[in-house]
Amino acid sequence: MVTFNKKKFRFSDWLAEKVIKAVAFLSIAVVILIFIFVFREAFPIFKMDKKEAASTETLVQESYGGLGTDNSTVKSADNQVDNSNRKQTNDEKPSSSLLSKTWMPVSDNPRYGLWPLFLGTLKVTLIALLFATPISILAAIYTSMFAKPGIREIIKPVIELLAGFPSVVIGFFALMVMATVLQNIFGYASRLNAFVGGIAMGLAAIPIIYTLTEDALTAIPKTFIEASLGLGASLRQTAFYVVLPAAVPGIFAAVVLGLGRIFGETMIALMATGNAAMISMNPFDSVRTLSATIGAEMAEVVFGDIHYNVLFLIGSLLFIFTFALNALAEFYFKNLVVRKYQSKK
Amino acid sequence: MNRNVKDIIVESITGICVLVIIFIIVSILTITIVGGWPNLNWAFLSEFPKDGMTKGGIFPAIVGTAVMTIIMAVAAVPFGVITAIYLAEYANEKSVIAKTIRFAVKTLAVVPSIIFGLFGLGFFIGFVGKNMDSLFSGGELRWGQPNILWASLTMALLTLPVVIVSVEEAIRTIPRDMREASLALGATKWQTIRKVVLPGSVSGILTGTILAVSRGAGEVAPILFTGAVYFSSHLPHSLSDQFMSLGYHIYIMSTQSSNVDATQPIQFATTLVLLFLTFSLNAVAVILRYRIRKRTK
Repeated sequence: MVTFNKKKFRFSDWLAEKVIKAVAFLSIAVVILIFIFVFREAFPIFKMDKKEAASTETLVQESYGGLGTDNSTVKSADNQVDNSNRKQTNDEKPSSSLLSKTWMPVSDNPRYGLWPLFLGTLKVTLIALLFATPISILAAIYTSMFAKPGIREIIKPVIELLAGFPSVVIGFFALMVMATVLQNIFGYASRLNAFVGGIAMGLAAIPIIYTLTEDALTAIPKTFIEASLGLGASLRQTAFYVVLPAAVPGIFAAVVLGLGRIFGETMIALMATGNAAMISMNPFDSVRTLSATIGAEMAEVVFGDIHYNVLFLIGSLLFIFTFALNALAEFYFKNLVVRKYQSKK
Repeated sequence: MNRNVKDIIVESITGICVLVIIFIIVSILTITIVGGWPNLNWAFLSEFPKDGMTKGGIFPAIVGTAVMTIIMAVAAVPFGVITAIYLAEYANEKSVIAKTIRFAVKTLAVVPSIIFGLFGLGFFIGFVGKNMDSLFSGGELRWGQPNILWASLTMALLTLPVVIVSVEEAIRTIPRDMREASLALGATKWQTIRKVVLPGSVSGILTGTILAVSRGAGEVAPILFTGAVYFSSHLPHSLSDQFMSLGYHIYIMSTQSSNVDATQPIQFATTLVLLFLTFSLNAVAVILRYRIRKRTK
């Protein structure tokens, strides 16, 4: 930049730049370290599988005949071995019961079936999104399109206050107040359930979806709005047929980031969902989410135990999923927004 | 349907959505204040819990939260400020390095807080702490277990993006002319940063710090298994001590205490204290940020 200084080598400047650059790399290093260390603790599950699979080989051979008679439709011998092998591992090894349907980590015959947790997380996330998305987007439309400037200045910071609520406070409110109120309205059996948890997590996601949607809406060039109004469209028509479609990529990104928040939310899940790992499609049943499982059980597991590794495996899955969501919002949707305006300008 | 009628209906629906959100916010605040205020007094703030946590105050939780956030800020702020300086002053926006750092910061901001807890357990306690033990104390367990230092550092990683974003925003509001004037007078780039950019972004650094503290004070998931305890009979007096925290206290008291109903006043009052803390911090940050933004206009 400053070309006439170039000849003189200034040690302090050189050092400062190197140090600053090195420190800036810390963020990258932390992300990589999280990857390494969360996966490292999850990895032994797969290693154990191989070792135990080798040791149970003889067992598999023995049960071969018995299983063969059960499976009369199996065509080839190879297939049979595969089948019996799988059954064997399901019955014998806790570490490979990951795909089974029961989550019962603390028992004589521990089961680590992740399906109830997946289903629970899915249920809560869906309820939260169905609650938070429409209300946040409509509120953002009101704020950016219909509200008078003076009112807008009040609404925005007030709704953003919600982002400052610690999730344990929202969880506490859900546990103490919302659960009772909603139970009185809907009259379901278990007080804490997927519905209460979903609504509470929706509350945590509202400020994220609202703020980002509002930003996306206000980023639409004023010329769009003026052209539409000039052609005789009403403000409502302009908002829903001009501004909203133009802001769709930004709104998608907002919803995706809200989804990431809901998906990884731990404290609200721990406090308001009832924490019972069961397979049911009823939204008013108690559920246990992936993140709540980590939060509730990690404190009690033995360091290096299979249970410990499974919890880290769940953590790895959560991490991969939110990482992918963020990458999607960052690269795919941002590019869409950029391209859209470049082509229209 | 008449267009005007439709306009009014649709606009009212969007307006109602705003009102619903505001109603929820107001009711959380009201219920917390109504439930917590009667139990809030000086004794509650300055005493230890008594009678198996069913009576007494939350003094150790307040101190624990304060100490934890201070250590966290000491760790997070310098790194956050330097990263922000790099992004705003040195990095070429189009370079792969700058883009990667930006993406990493955004990733840190969206990674679920429980993952930070796992990372703290796996990295700080299981790796760094264990190795420190075998190096310094010959295998005696001191650092390889949850404590306030690891909890604070875990929290520091979580709040790093908060600091970076605020400080970078503040640095970018410093007019170009000032930098150019400094460079034209013969100052080097580092001198310019030290004497012009940093003093100009003090309020931004303060905003970032306050926001980070407010976030760190409220988060519970990262400290669940890196250092927070249900009850501690003394205040933390060394970095290898465990500590009580307000958020963790609320969680435990409302879900796992022996008598959830009897301790309800304590729970509400603790929530009120935590909410008051994060809110007042956020309010200060909002005012500071507003003043920074005004500078650019």
